[in-house]
Amino acid sequence: MKKAVTIVILLLSIALIIGGVLLGQSQPVLTKASKVCLECIGIG
Amino acid sequence: MDKKSRTIIQSVAALIQNANFKGFFTGRIYTGKIKSVCVPGLNCYSCPAAIGACPVGSLQNALSSYKFKIPYYITGLILFFGVLMGRLICGFLCPFGFLQDLLNKIPFPVKIKKFKADRYLRMLKYLVLIVLVIILPICVKLTPFFCKYLCPSGTLAGILLAFSDTGLFRAFGSLFAWKACILGIIISASVIIARPFCKYLCPLGAIYAPLNKVSLFRLECDRSKCISCGKCAEACDMGVDPSEDPNSPECIRCLDCTRVCPVKAIKIKNGLLGNADNKKDIPSV
Repeated sequence: MKKAVTIVILLLSIALIIGGVLLGQSQPVLTKASKVCLECIGIG
Repeated sequence: MDKKSRTIIQSVAALIQNANFKGFFTGRIYTGKIKSVCVPGLNCYSCPAAIGACPVGSLQNALSSYKFKIPYYITGLILFFGVLMGRLICGFLCPFGFLQDLLNKIPFPVKIKKFKADRYLRMLKYLVLIVLVIILPICVKLTPFFCKYLCPSGTLAGILLAFSDTGLFRAFGSLFAWKACILGIIISASVIIARPFCKYLCPLGAIYAPLNKVSLFRLECDRSKCISCGKCAEACDMGVDPSEDPNSPECIRCLDCTRVCPVKAIKIKNGLLGNADNKKDIPSV
């Protein structure tokens, strides 16, 4: 049973990554990560 | 695996995830394309040396954006890391976890392993994940609540940035003071308690915790070999009894139990190749 759950989650995660990349969801990650996050460093 | 080898792996992992060393001198963060990929552990993307994106920060950013979309990409990455390694990430790859381990090595007359509220405080991290990382960012747009009000990794990144860009010191106000207090408490607590942030507050640990049971990397206790000496539980800084529950959500896979077991009953198991569902596995309580 655990093996099946592992395989399902593994395949699902890969599908989500590929789907996300195809939908252009990696770009906002890069955009946000390329600027200093003022909230994170405590400026707000 | 001995403690020294683990420390070396943790150092290398922290350095790889923070390979933009020139950022410490220029005060500018890395902006290359690698930053579109999340790192597995908690590592603020505003750290001058960070070359990857923080999974928790990225998740909140996606959830709090004006045009709400289900963040397939980030969720997929976090799940992928989690199902491969579970909380092995916490034990070996997370830079903030490594920092807490180093702090805990500082000699101090009082070292607390377990206390009364410990069991209940451990539930806090799930609350942090649900409320600060998911619900509030969805409800209040453009506000990453966890990063803004709690994340000590971000505060540390701010301090490191401010050393090379002194103008930042002038911009720090009450929010920074609040976050600096939290960082100070976590740093102080880390000297006395092993990994207080991982145990009680880390939302990433809260995601990886349940995946310990189904991840490819698992531990197994061979009951036919176990002599119930209790040495594994005694050695565990996270307060887990590996002979009872080798894949506990609280286990960060430091592998100290495999090292101290006199009969080598606790072993590393591959969740897919190994027979992880056999009768030797003890079901979780």
